[in-house]
Amino acid sequence: MALAVQGDDERVARVGLADRLVSRPELGSVLGALAVFVFFSVLTDQFLSPMGVANWLDDSSTLGIMAVAVALLMIGGEFDLSAGVMTASTALVTAILATQLGWNTWLALLVSLVFALGVGALNGWLVMRTGLPSFIVTLGTFLALQGLNLGITRLVTGSVQVSGMREAEGYESAGYLFASTVDVGGTSFPISIVWWVLAAAVGSWVLMRTRFGNWIFAVGGAAPSARAVGVPVVRTKILLFMTTAFAAWLVGSINILRFTTVQANQGIGLEFQFIIAAVIGGCLLTGGFGSAIGAAIGALIFGMARQGIVFAQWDSDWFQLFLGIMLLAAVLVNNAFRRRAERAKR
Amino acid sequence: MTASMPDPASRSGVLLETREVGKSFGSVIALNGVSTVVNAGEVTCVLGDNGAGKSTLIKILAGAHQHDTGEFLIEGEPVRLSSPREALDRGIATVFQDLAVVPLMSVWRNFFLGSEPRKGWGPFSWLDSAKARATTKKALSEMGIDLRNVEQPVGTLSGGERQCVAIARAVHFGAKVLILDEPTAALGVKQAGVVLRYVAQARDRGLGVVLITHNPHHAYPVGDRFLLLKRGRSLGCFDKADISLEELTRQMAGGAELEALEHELRGMGS
Repeated sequence: MALAVQGDDERVARVGLADRLVSRPELGSVLGALAVFVFFSVLTDQFLSPMGVANWLDDSSTLGIMAVAVALLMIGGEFDLSAGVMTASTALVTAILATQLGWNTWLALLVSLVFALGVGALNGWLVMRTGLPSFIVTLGTFLALQGLNLGITRLVTGSVQVSGMREAEGYESAGYLFASTVDVGGTSFPISIVWWVLAAAVGSWVLMRTRFGNWIFAVGGAAPSARAVGVPVVRTKILLFMTTAFAAWLVGSINILRFTTVQANQGIGLEFQFIIAAVIGGCLLTGGFGSAIGAAIGALIFGMARQGIVFAQWDSDWFQLFLGIMLLAAVLVNNAFRRRAERAKR
Repeated sequence: MTASMPDPASRSGVLLETREVGKSFGSVIALNGVSTVVNAGEVTCVLGDNGAGKSTLIKILAGAHQHDTGEFLIEGEPVRLSSPREALDRGIATVFQDLAVVPLMSVWRNFFLGSEPRKGWGPFSWLDSAKARATTKKALSEMGIDLRNVEQPVGTLSGGERQCVAIARAVHFGAKVLILDEPTAALGVKQAGVVLRYVAQARDRGLGVVLITHNPHHAYPVGDRFLLLKRGRSLGCFDKADISLEELTRQMAGGAELEALEHELRGMGS
């Protein structure tokens, strides 16, 4: 690496440190995860037991799948408040088709996927077409989906839940893919952990190693500049909304096949957990910067703390306090990174 | 006024030419009867105060606007560009002051943004990041830009260095004409000097450069030709031999108006 021609030693050292930190947005979440892990390992006996590990990995997994997709969207400069309720919508579509209309589970899953991608595309198209903040647009789809979830479920089943998924045709094979458990040393780990790791790996690969990933950073960092050099800004952002919807379908499918029952009011409020996990993982609220791996680790912190507090037999109220402090700390650290990166030296 | 028409003898290297080009927006005449040439290996400076029509002219050259009257020729062929993309395809690259780069992205990611080199096939192709890094470093050092690390975010560079990265990018991707919109406007004296050096580098590599500025002190050292605009009209297009820095500054500042102002201010002091 060539040495800087300008500046004295002090200045070179400072820029060097900033570079290393800036190129590693997930650093904060790794340190946070280590701290939480050590803290609860020392404090409680169950935390490190195979059962305990399976417990907090399970809690982190579905959150982590969503956090990775939401992180990509946030790096692309947009929010999706409908992501939480989408996990219920997709599960409901699958469940209603399979249990009420007697469809094969696989076919129901496929239609549910098409539905999810459609909603994602609609979100993206509306945001790009109207130029409104995605916060407002997806708040609209969030409320609309919430209404649809309750309304249609009540209309079809007369109650606010759909159950009986186990009797559906093709449940066994679909369940094997989405809701089975893997036995490791006598403890069963849910397959959703594998999906979570896969989501983090694929998300990170796309973000860091593909042209599309380059475009995600560009449309979130400076959309007009990206457009000026020929990046298809609209297509990139719509695809990101569809990615989030796809993740919501995956999580919805994991949930319905695992619990075989879905409540119509499920998923509400989860959207903020996804965003919090992504922010803890190093995503800027303003876009253009962040990490897919970081978001997955953000979800891990979430799961470890939530289950750790249960193991420690504390009141779960403390979890909210922890979450609030964690979020504030993450935002402060992220903003410090951004100021470094954006500061102009004239 | 000694406005020289483009010299027909040096036509061989003519990349761009405008003949009495005009543009109006509704009833507002933004540009009227402006003629100039951009030769390969030469710098044409466009000077004028705010509202003189500089941006309208470069937007016509860059394909963002279409001219209403007169002719616009690229290498002798009359054209009417429909989009910035078409201008780019014809080798006209524009570096806008604010739109040059994405600050949070690394230098090499910025350099290749929109033209990323890839390996693999179909949906499974990935960025050839090793090649991109090496090419960026090489292209920048060929332009004489010595960056410590192409991995650092562009935002950590100085304003001048950012312009230089954008210029190097345009040169690397085969631009024949480089249009620079106020590249030195927000820069300090030293940084402006750095940018002007790279403008000269691009010129020496045979590119035709259009340099938009309102600072004659920046324009004069690198310029071969000076187009002076005022209120949408051309005050003339001068070869360097036909105009001195003093005359250029005087023309820019409004000539007689400046003398009157100077007189007035002196009167206030006594």
